[in-house]
Amino acid sequence: MERSHIISFLVENKPGVLFNVSNMFRKRSFNIESITVGTIEQTDISRMTITVKGDNKTVDQIVKQLNKLIDVIDVSILDRANSVVREMVLVKVCTKSLEDRTEVIHYANIFRGNIIDVSPDSLIIEVTGDSNKIDAFIDLVRNCDLNEIARTGITALSRGPINNHD
Amino acid sequence: MTEMSGAECIVEALKREGVNTIFGVIGGATMTIYDVLMDSDIKHILTRHEQGAAHMADGFARASGKVGVCMATSGPGATNLVTGINTAYIDSSPIVAFTGQVNTPSTDSNSSYMIGRDAFQEADIIGITAPITKYNMQIMKTEEIPEVVKKAFYIASTHRPGPVLVDIPKNTQTNTAEVNFPEKVVIRGYNTHYKADPIQLKRAVDLFVEAERPMVLAGGGIIISNASQELTKLAELLMMPVATSLMGKGSIPENHPLSIGMVGMHGQEANKLILEADVLLAIGIRFSDRTTGNLDEFCPDARIIHADIDPAEINKNIHVDVPIVADAKESLQALYSELTSRLHKRDKSVWSKRIKEARDLLGSYSPPEKRSINPQRIISELRRIVPYNTIVTTGVGQQQMWAAQYFKTYLPRTFMSSGGLGTMGYGLPAAIGAKVAKPDVTVIDIDGDGSFRMTEQELACSVMEEIPVIAVILNNRTLGMVAQWQRLFFNRRLTEVDLGYIPNFTKLAEAYGAKGVQVESMKGFSDAVKRAMKSDVTTVIDVAISPEENVFPMIPAGKGLKDTLWGL
Repeated sequence: MERSHIISFLVENKPGVLFNVSNMFRKRSFNIESITVGTIEQTDISRMTITVKGDNKTVDQIVKQLNKLIDVIDVSILDRANSVVREMVLVKVCTKSLEDRTEVIHYANIFRGNIIDVSPDSLIIEVTGDSNKIDAFIDLVRNCDLNEIARTGITALSRGPINNHD
Repeated sequence: MTEMSGAECIVEALKREGVNTIFGVIGGATMTIYDVLMDSDIKHILTRHEQGAAHMADGFARASGKVGVCMATSGPGATNLVTGINTAYIDSSPIVAFTGQVNTPSTDSNSSYMIGRDAFQEADIIGITAPITKYNMQIMKTEEIPEVVKKAFYIASTHRPGPVLVDIPKNTQTNTAEVNFPEKVVIRGYNTHYKADPIQLKRAVDLFVEAERPMVLAGGGIIISNASQELTKLAELLMMPVATSLMGKGSIPENHPLSIGMVGMHGQEANKLILEADVLLAIGIRFSDRTTGNLDEFCPDARIIHADIDPAEINKNIHVDVPIVADAKESLQALYSELTSRLHKRDKSVWSKRIKEARDLLGSYSPPEKRSINPQRIISELRRIVPYNTIVTTGVGQQQMWAAQYFKTYLPRTFMSSGGLGTMGYGLPAAIGAKVAKPDVTVIDIDGDGSFRMTEQELACSVMEEIPVIAVILNNRTLGMVAQWQRLFFNRRLTEVDLGYIPNFTKLAEAYGAKGVQVESMKGFSDAVKRAMKSDVTTVIDVAISPEENVFPMIPAGKGLKDTLWGL
C-alpha cells in the first residue's frame, strides 16, 4: 500500500553528498516528496530528512540503497507515532482592505502563526506544524488574494532518548 | 611527513598499494604523473582508446582478483572510460580509474583553465560517473592524495567490489605538499563486515534438512569471494545440482557430476531442473532479468534461500524465504558446518537419478552436424584442444551465449564476459588485461565480428606491448543477436544488421602487426588455434559462420523459464 514515509539519515557534511543522494533516487526511479538538510551538533555531519511515497517494499529498498552510499552514515525510518514532525510555511497574502487584513490575522492566530512582515497591502505569515496543519492553513488563506507560498518540507526527530550514531 | 609533488604522491601511493601495471592513455592533464611514472617500476600499458584501458583493468581484476588500474586524461579521455567503468560496476569488478582534471578553482590566478569555467578538455567526470561507480572522489589539495588513493583501493576491493574513480586536477599534481601516507583508512559510513544472522542460518539449515530436491543457483559472488571449493563441498554434501548465472560460470567445474550449466535466457537443462527444485540456494547472485526471466514464473514452488553480501540485493527483485547477508564463502562454510551435524539420511535416489538424466541430456546437446563449420562445433573443438586453465573472454551477442553454452569452464576466474551491461567490445581488451595478470595462461577472446570491431584498435596495443592473445571471431557478417530477434519476433524483417564482407579480418590483423588466419574447415581451425597458442604475437582467427544461425534454447523477452524455446 502506498503511503508517505519519513526517512531520517545522517551523512558526511561535504560537497557532492546531496548530489549522490538525489542521484540515487533519480537513477532508481524513486520520487522525493520533500527533502531538508542541515548540520547537526557535530558540524562534519548533516541530517537529511526525506519524505517519500511508496509501498513498504519500495521504502525498504530506498533505505538499503541509502545505506549503501559510502557517505551515508546512518539511516532510519521514523515512525510518525513516535516522532516529532515539523514543517514551516511562509505565506504572503495581499490584504487590500482592513476586512481582509483582520481575517488573515485571525486565521494566523488560530494556527499560532507569526506575522513576520507587514506592508501597507500585504502580510507574511509564518506557520509551523505537521504537514496536515500546514495544508489546512494554506487551504484557509487560499480564499484570500494569495501571492506566494514557500514550504520548507518536513524535518523530524524520533522521540525519547538520544540515538548515539557514533 | 615528506615533501613531494602531487604526481610523486600518486605514484608513491600506487606503489604502496602493490600496483605493478597501469592501463591508460596519456594526455595534457596527466603528463605530470606520467613524467614521474617513467622513473618508477610500475609498468604502463599504452592502450589505443581509454575504453580499452578500462576493460583491460577490468580483465586484469577478474583474472587476478586484484584491483585493476586505469588512467585517462581530462575531458574526452575521462568520458571514454565511462563504458568500461559501467561494465565493471554492474559486474562488481574492482578497478580504480584515475582521471586528469583542469585546475582547481582559485582566486589568485588569472587563468580560466580551472574547474567550472568550461576550460579546454574539462568534463564533469565526477558528476558523470556518480551513478556508475561505487564511489568517486575529486582531489582538491595535494596533501589529500595519499588518503584518497588509500580509500579508493580499499573501497574498490572490499565488501561488494566495484569501480572507484579519482579525479586529479592538474595543479594538485604539480603543487608540492608535506604528506603522510596512512596505513589504513576509517570510513564511518562504510560497513564491510556483515555476519550471517544465526537465526536465518538455522532456518536455511532446517529447509535443507527436509529438502527432497535441493538445488543451488550460483552467481559471480562465488567467484569474487573465492568460494568455489566451499560451494562444491556443500553441493556434494547435500547432493545438490549447481546451476549458475553467466557471471557464476566457473564457480563449479563444469565437468563435475553436479554441475548443470547456466540458467536463464539461453540456459539449457538447468532451466528445466531448477523448476523441479523444492529448496533453492541462490548465492552471490542478484536475480538479473536475464537469469530469471519473468519473475512470477521463477521457481514458484521452491523455498528460496538468498545469500548475498549486499543487503540491497535481498528482496530487490525476488521475494525470498530466507535472507542471509554475508560473504559467500563464510555463508557456505557456516551452512556446511551446521549441516554436517544435523543432516540425516534421506532417500535421494529419485533426485539423484533426475540430476544424472539432466546432465546426460546436457552432454547430448550436440552441435548440429548439418554444416561443416558452425559456432557450436567450433567452440566445443576449442574446448577440446586448449589447456584446462585457459581463460576465455567474450564479446556480447550470439557468440557470447554459444561460448557460455559450449565452452565448459573448469576453474573460477577463467570465463570473463560483460554479463550485466552487455558491452560489445569487451572481449579483446579484457583478454589483454587477463593476459597481463596471467602471462603463462592461454587467453582466448571468443568474439563476434560486430563486437570485435568496437575495440579492435587494441590489437595495436597487444602487438606493441607484446601481450599475445588469441581472438576467435565467429564471423557471420551480421549483428547476429539482433538479427535473431528480428527473425523470431519481428517477422523476419531484418534491418540494419548486415555488416557486409568488410573488413577482411586477416588483413586487418596484419595491418596491426598481428597474425591473421581465415579458416574454412574444422581441421583448419584446430591447426590455427594450435599454432596461435605457440605464437608470441596475437593471432586473429576468422571463422566464417552462417548468418542464419540462432542461439537456442531461448526464453523470449518477458516470458518465464517454463516458456523456454528449445529450437525452431
